[in-house]
Amino acid sequence: MPVSNFVNPADLVRFLPEIILTVMGTLLMVLDPVLHKRSSYAFGHLSLLGLAAALVASVYAFRDPGPAFGGMLMVDGFATFFRVLVIGVGILTILPSYRFLARHDAETSEYHALLLYSIAGQCLMVSANELIMIFLGLEISSIASYILAGYLRDDKRANESALKYFLLGSFATGFFLYGVAFIYGSTGTVNLTSVHAALTGPNAPSPVFVGVAAALMFVGLAFKVSAAPFQVWAPDVYQGAPTPVTAFLSAGPKAAAFAIFLRIFMTSFQPIANGWEPLVWGSALLSMTIGNFAALLQSNVKRLLAYSSIAHAGYVLVALTARSDVGTAAAMFYLAAYAFMNVGAFAVVSHLSGRGERYQNVDDFAGLGQKQPLTAAMLTIFLLSLIGVPLTGGFFGKFYIFKAALESHLVWLTVLGLLNSAVAAYYYLRLLVMMYMHEPSEAATNAEPLSFGLSAALILPALGTLVLGIFPSWVLEFAGRSSNLVK
Amino acid sequence: MSAVPISWYLTLSAVIFALGVAGFLFRHNIITVFMSIELMLNAVNLSFVTFSYQLKQVNGHLFTFFVMVVAAAEAAVGLAIILTVFKNRSTLNIDDIDSMKN
Repeated sequence: MPVSNFVNPADLVRFLPEIILTVMGTLLMVLDPVLHKRSSYAFGHLSLLGLAAALVASVYAFRDPGPAFGGMLMVDGFATFFRVLVIGVGILTILPSYRFLARHDAETSEYHALLLYSIAGQCLMVSANELIMIFLGLEISSIASYILAGYLRDDKRANESALKYFLLGSFATGFFLYGVAFIYGSTGTVNLTSVHAALTGPNAPSPVFVGVAAALMFVGLAFKVSAAPFQVWAPDVYQGAPTPVTAFLSAGPKAAAFAIFLRIFMTSFQPIANGWEPLVWGSALLSMTIGNFAALLQSNVKRLLAYSSIAHAGYVLVALTARSDVGTAAAMFYLAAYAFMNVGAFAVVSHLSGRGERYQNVDDFAGLGQKQPLTAAMLTIFLLSLIGVPLTGGFFGKFYIFKAALESHLVWLTVLGLLNSAVAAYYYLRLLVMMYMHEPSEAATNAEPLSFGLSAALILPALGTLVLGIFPSWVLEFAGRSSNLVK
Repeated sequence: MSAVPISWYLTLSAVIFALGVAGFLFRHNIITVFMSIELMLNAVNLSFVTFSYQLKQVNGHLFTFFVMVVAAAEAAVGLAIILTVFKNRSTLNIDDIDSMKN
């Protein structure tokens, strides 16, 4: 390739969100000594500014969609959808972080810089069109989030959380990468569309080899999205990590990992779909069942939400099992709805938990409706959405997923999935009953008044949940137009 | 030219990868577990180089550099995390690190 073609302006525009996030993250660390003396909130403001700029850049880049850097990146509707989603999750993570960090005397530039780097990695992941680029994005995102999970480094639980996340995350990466090596060896390419072409072409490689590769990559990705039987790390990691970070981990990296899951399996491995469908079918059912039944037994709310997030990963896998464009669109819609409701729910936990995160139990939510009606009302919206009650995003998410599954004749999976949702209603309702029908607990009585950042962190996702529930077609139509990944 | 058949390299790589997985699952010292992960990544590197040689392409060689850089970054972060765990608990036995349950 001639040097003059190496970088052209269009490529840079398509790569702008990642550039902005990386520059802003580095700037935060460089400016640390100056800003630290002025105001402890400056870091938060600056990273919000960076995220807002990246959000605008993502939308701007979509005005002229297409490949960048010789086909290594692909900026299409799918990539833009997930870029906006992960950047949005970043904004909703920083809002409750102001108060959380102040409460723990832990306001540093690193927290925000790492968050921005992690989001940059996720943006790269979702727009990558090549397995090695996906791997790099995945690692940029993961390595930054390993540190974030252990950010409160004197806290034993945070240490443990970071260690487990790191060990199991790297283990999963090993599997994913070995799968990439096999794909490279059997097809001679790592470009997603070229792999698709090689698998359908006249000299198609041995199906055994490709099958092993797909299985290895499935294991790696299932770890990353915390799908059963590779979900064991999630409860400990989510419980031990600082709550705003938990909110981030349960939505951002997960959505990005699902994005590459969809892109790889619906593009590259689409020709061998009959082979991987039973694998994903089993994992979907197992995730829903394990997640929901284990959540019934939890008394710690962060742990409960961790198991619930495993169950929700199962629902998204149902959409993947449908292996149709409708299924892909349903998965995209669900991940958006899930991001709003889950980040919102964790923001409430972050608000209530107090210094040292003492109050994390279901009992601590007792009487919250009496003491802080607004917080309780917002949490009610999130919980109803997690259950899947109509007029919330969670309802339409489930509705579209099971509709897509039925259209692909997955009757049993749909029936078992719906039964699972019914089981799930129990543990979410338990939290609601606790909030409204019990005498106020120590935690609810001592809860601080809502700060501006926290109010925004609760009201924005609540609005998002309701908008997705009342006007689902706005998002669904865009998802539907972007869901045809095989080009 | 090639005295050793390609399949031998691939077998070696698979064996090393399996050793890494076994080490990860069965060893109790955190440092050893971490080394097992590095072993897995290096097994992958060996496959990349082998495939690259077989395909007469340069790409696979380049991928190993990416993998090495990522592995180095992972080592830096991982060892730092392991150090803080040791500082707070004075143990490196993975079975002792289970403070979170109901």
